[in-house]
Parts: sequence; C-alpha cells; structure tokens
Amino acid sequence: MLSLLAVEIPYWGQSLLRVLGGLVAVLLPAGTIVYVFLFKMMSFMQSRLGPMEAGPYGSMQLFAEVGKWLQKEDIQPDNADKRIFRMAPIVVLMSTFLLVAVVPFGPDAWFTDFETGVFYALAVSSISVLGILMAGWSSANKYSLLGGLRAAGQLIAYELPMVLAVIGVVIQAETMNLQQIVVAQNAGSIFGSDIVGNPYVLTQFVGFVVFMIAVQAELTQAPFDMPIAESELVSGYMTEYSGFRFLIFFIGEFATAGVFAMIASTLFLGGWGIPFSWFGWTTMDSVDDWMNVAGPLIVFTKMMVLVFLIMWIRFSYPRFREDQLQRFAWKVLIPISLANIMVTAVLKVAF
Amino acid sequence: MTILNDPVNAKLGDRAQLSYIASQAADARLNVELETEGMTLNIGPQHPATHGTLRIIARLDGEQVLWAEPSCGYMHRGYEKLTEVRSFPQVTTLINRIDWLGSFANEVPFILAAEKLMGVEAPPRAQWIRTILFELSRIANVSLFLGDLGVQLGAITPVFMAFRDREYVLNLIESATGGRFHPNFDRIGGLKDDLPAGWIDETKVVMKKLRNFCDEIESLLFGNEIFQSRTRGIGVIPRDVAMQYGLSGANLRASGVDWDLRRDQDSPMAWNKVDFKVWTHPDGDSFARCWVRLQETREATKIVDQLLDGIPSGPVMAKVPKIIKVPEGEAWVSTENPLGEMGYYVVSRGDSGPFRVKIRSASFNNISITPWLLRGVYVPDIITILASLYFILGDIDR
Repeated sequence: MLSLLAVEIPYWGQSLLRVLGGLVAVLLPAGTIVYVFLFKMMSFMQSRLGPMEAGPYGSMQLFAEVGKWLQKEDIQPDNADKRIFRMAPIVVLMSTFLLVAVVPFGPDAWFTDFETGVFYALAVSSISVLGILMAGWSSANKYSLLGGLRAAGQLIAYELPMVLAVIGVVIQAETMNLQQIVVAQNAGSIFGSDIVGNPYVLTQFVGFVVFMIAVQAELTQAPFDMPIAESELVSGYMTEYSGFRFLIFFIGEFATAGVFAMIASTLFLGGWGIPFSWFGWTTMDSVDDWMNVAGPLIVFTKMMVLVFLIMWIRFSYPRFREDQLQRFAWKVLIPISLANIMVTAVLKVAF
Repeated sequence: MTILNDPVNAKLGDRAQLSYIASQAADARLNVELETEGMTLNIGPQHPATHGTLRIIARLDGEQVLWAEPSCGYMHRGYEKLTEVRSFPQVTTLINRIDWLGSFANEVPFILAAEKLMGVEAPPRAQWIRTILFELSRIANVSLFLGDLGVQLGAITPVFMAFRDREYVLNLIESATGGRFHPNFDRIGGLKDDLPAGWIDETKVVMKKLRNFCDEIESLLFGNEIFQSRTRGIGVIPRDVAMQYGLSGANLRASGVDWDLRRDQDSPMAWNKVDFKVWTHPDGDSFARCWVRLQETREATKIVDQLLDGIPSGPVMAKVPKIIKVPEGEAWVSTENPLGEMGYYVVSRGDSGPFRVKIRSASFNNISITPWLLRGVYVPDIITILASLYFILGDIDR
C-alpha cells in the first residue's frame, strides 16, 4: 500500500489525500492550462493577440474571468423552476468530477482502480445530459427550451457511437479496467515489434476517429454546437444563467473537454505510460516509482494534443443542422463503429 | 390539390414545394385530435443574428416554422422627413448613415440626382474617383458579409479575417476622405478634395490583399462540406418570385436574373469605361447568394485596379455657385449599391433644400420576401436565409 515517510496511511486517509490531490494537482492546473492554451491558440488562428493584460502574456486570464463572474448579480427568472434551475449547473459539473475519478495518472497515482472503469466513465459522462435538460426546461425561456431539447437529442444520439467505439478497445485489451488498458498498450507489441508498445490509436484508428467525433458532440463544440448556437438561440440552455452559475457552465465546458481528452488519451494513446520496452519493464509491478511523478505530466501532454485537436475543429468548422447531425450519428458513425467491432473481434480470434 | 395547381407554386423547385406541403401538413396536424401547442418565437429585436433591431415573429411547430413575418421600424430615424429641413449639401451627412457599412455609396445617387436637377456635371476626374470610392465601399461592405456569414453558421474564425482585411480598405477611405465610416465627401459638382499623394499605389497593394482574402474565404468557408450542406437548397428563390418581390442586387442575380445597374444604365459614373463581369447563379439558394457576393468582391477589386490605371487628370470640382439653389423639378436616380438598387426621388421647389425625398433602399425590398421564404423551414435555416439575404438594419428602417 501507499506509504509516506514509512508511515502506513489508513484507507480513508489515502482516499482523502487522493481527492485533495485530484483537485489541486489535476483539475486546477488542467482547467487553467487548457483555458489559457486554448485562448492563445484560438487568437493565433484568428490573427489576434488574445488575452495580454492579466499576468505575463495573459496567463492569469482565467482568474480574472472568475473574479469578474463572481461579482455579477445572480439572476433567476421569475417563472423559472427555482430549485431545478439552481441544481442544473451542479449536475453538469458533477459529471466532469465523476469522470476524472477513474483516469489513472501513474502506476500508483489513481483515485479509484475500478474494474469496470470504461463502463463507469461512459455511464457518468451522460449525466450531463440531465443537467442540460434541467437547465433548458427550468429557465422558462423559449430559446433555452429549444436548446435543451436539441442537446438531449444530440447527446443521446452520440452516446451510442461513443460506446461502440470503445468496445473495440475493450476487446483488444480484454479488460474494462482503465489501468489495465494502459498497461496492455505499453507492454504490448505490434507484429512482434514493441518499439512503441501497442497504442490503440494505431490498431483501433477507426474507433479513435469515431470516439473523437462523438466526444466533440458530447461536449457540444462546433460543428455540433447546435444546442448553444449563439447566432440563433442566443446561448441555448444557458441563456438565462448569469454570475456564478454561468461560470460553472463556462468552466465546465473547458474542464469537460480536458477530462474527455484524458479518457481518450488513456484509451487510445497509452495514458500515463511510455512504451515499457524502453526501460526494460515487462509488467505493472516492474514499473519504476518515478513514473508516479512523470505519469501525470505525460497524461497532460497527451491531453493537450487531443484538446488541441478538438478545439482546432471547433474554431474552423461551421455547425451542422439538427437533422443533419442526427443523420450523421445514426447513418454514418454507428454502422462504422459496428463494422469496427466485428473486424476487431474477428482479428482478435484469428491472432 | 389546389396548392400545386396554383400558378406561383407550380413553378417552384421541388424543395420549396415540399417544404410548402410540409408546412401545410404541419398546419393540418395542429387540427387533429393529438393537438400539439404551437410556439411563437420572437427572433429579435434584440438578437445576435439580426445584427441590428429586426424582429422576426415566427410561429413554430417544434423546430419547423409554420408562419413568419418580419417586423421592422425599431430603428426608424425619419431621414426622408429630416431631409426636408436641410439644405442640399447637408443631406449627405444624413444619408451616409443609411447603409452604414458602405456609406459613400449612399451619397452618390443623391448627389447625382441633385446634379441632374441643376444641370451640372462633375469633371471626369471627380467621376472616376467617385467610382473608385464607390467600389471601395462595396468591398468594405461585402467583405464583412463574407466574414459574418461564418459567424451566423457557427464558424467563428472567418469574421476576424474579414475585419482584418476590411481595415485596409477603411484606412484607404479614411486617408482619401477623412472619415472612416461616414466620409461625407461627395459634393454637388464634384468632390471635396483630390486624392492624397501615394494613394494610388497603396490602393493597388490593398486590392491584392483583398483578392487573397477572397481566396482564403473561398477555401475556408465555401469549400467546406458542412457549409455547403447548410446553404445549398436552403431558401430557394425562383427567378419569377425574385422579380415579383422586387429583389435587387446579388439576391436577384443569384436567382439567375442578369441585371446590374452599373452596366445596364446610362450613368455619368465611370463604370462604362471598364470591363467587368456581372456574375449570376442559376440556383437561387443561399449558397448562390453568398457565392455571387464573393465573386462581386473580386470583380470590384478588378474594377478599382482598372480605374486607377486610367484615372484622368484635371479638376475635381465643376463650377457651382457658392450658395446652392436647386431649380424646380423632380429627378429619380438609382445606382447599384452593395446591397442592391438604391435610389432617390428628389423633388425640388427651387429652394436651397429638397421639398421631398423618397429613398428606395435595397434591404427594405429584399426582406419583404421573408414571409414567403421562411414558411416551412427549420429554425437554423431562418438564420441561414437571413444571413444570405444580407440586410443592413439602417437600410431597412432609414
């Protein structure tokens, strides 16, 4: 078990440390870095400077934004269903927090080592639909209602290709434990060559693409941002939100992008690991302890690459219409991912 | 099926017919036993999609529009009435603000009408510079449309490129006239000033940049599959309907009507001295309207280049009396402005100011088609159609 300074820490202590560690070491830097990185990147693509005033090169912009939003008045519409209106942003953010709990960051650096981690991650990621639907319905606003209903239809449609895309990985790794999936990728080999291990982005490329498209839709980022659609629905389901509650939606958007990217990097890019053959490791137990420090940094790097991918598409594409979006999910993505599962299963049995 | 035998509807495209039938079916559905409650959605007057204060009242069944009507007048400033209490030279200050993105183009038809009444003709150099500035304001106007189109459809990057490159054009207009948005530069009998030194070379460089911008937008936006699927076949205006509703400008040319006042009308301006192509598109859908505008921006840069090469020397002001009194009479002059046909009907009773001015602005006629066009479309298509019709609120409400 985990020991610090040769003192055995009880299980509850470990859990507490992990939760605090998760908040301080993972979510805060993830939110800040993702946010600043994205704003700078977006500005670069749009030939402008982006945030420059808050901190060196605008690196403290997030704190300035948080300060600004905290000062704003918290307005609730008269006709709103007040309790549900207040709960909705918390439900949305909750799904992000629950999601980060299963991401492994190193051989011992994890919050929960969950046997059915993949299943859990996919299950809790759909909780945000409830929050969005609650926000859309309770706001007593026509734009919010349209946005909420669009979001519900979209998120349910894209849940399916996401699950189906992950099944390919599960078949190949023979486990649903995310930690084991990381080990299987880094200790594995492709056609006998273990130079790069076996990151599933190579062998499950179709699954990876489908998964990333579904993530894009789950995050309601362009080209799938019909629920927010600022040019037609003002701000979709968050039209009536202001102050701190809007901040939660706003930060939640970036934090969820980061967390989904972490899950994707764990499933397809080898997570915290580097190919074990580089250091002569063979199994999980032979991994050196310093990977607990290097692991989170590696996950962060991979996360940034994927977030960059998500946002790159977001900043360059116009948005789909609602019916085109549904057609794309049901007629393109789902058949492709079903075919991918079949091929993976056949090859798994063959080799 | 009286709907299909109706002479107007019989000529529509398949999609327009289908969407009309769908809207009728949706109407019928409302009356059956399982009645769903319709929803009236006000798009505007405060709404990000209308870039101004236009209000679209839409009756929705789910996401489908059963009935829609534009309601304008939220920004009415009464320019027609205000001109009656001003002298002729003062009027340009007002009419600059009608289509505020291409404001120099608003001044020209009014000044031409006043010149027509007075029997004055501006010297050739003034006419050429007028035409150059007219085309520059067309570029400034339409390049912003090309960027804004992306925002309306959800792509946020093109608008920044549009603002970046439009800035060069505004700088040119500013250095020649002294005003970025409202030049107020046109005078009866010529122009206020000649061009500043070095302006011609600078303009040629900027025109190259603008052509690059058009290429950029074409590859970033027009080549995009999502953009095409959002605009192709959406909001189809057949040729006859476009003419019945009195559309003008790119909206009319996108429906296949080859009609451009710059070429088809005898005008003292310098358009008949240059070669240019009037682009049309047979489809009449949103994509066609956007595409025609893109080509027109390219064409305008070429017109400016040609005019700069052949600009004559001489004075920029004809002999006009210090105190301008316009003789009694009536005159109608219209030009092909960035948004379409813009004209002024000026009535003078021999005073220093006009007795009555009627302004025909393009956007007001262009949006009159929206109730016909929005029937049966989905909510996201409202935005596409409004964006592609391209109106400026000041041009609707005056």
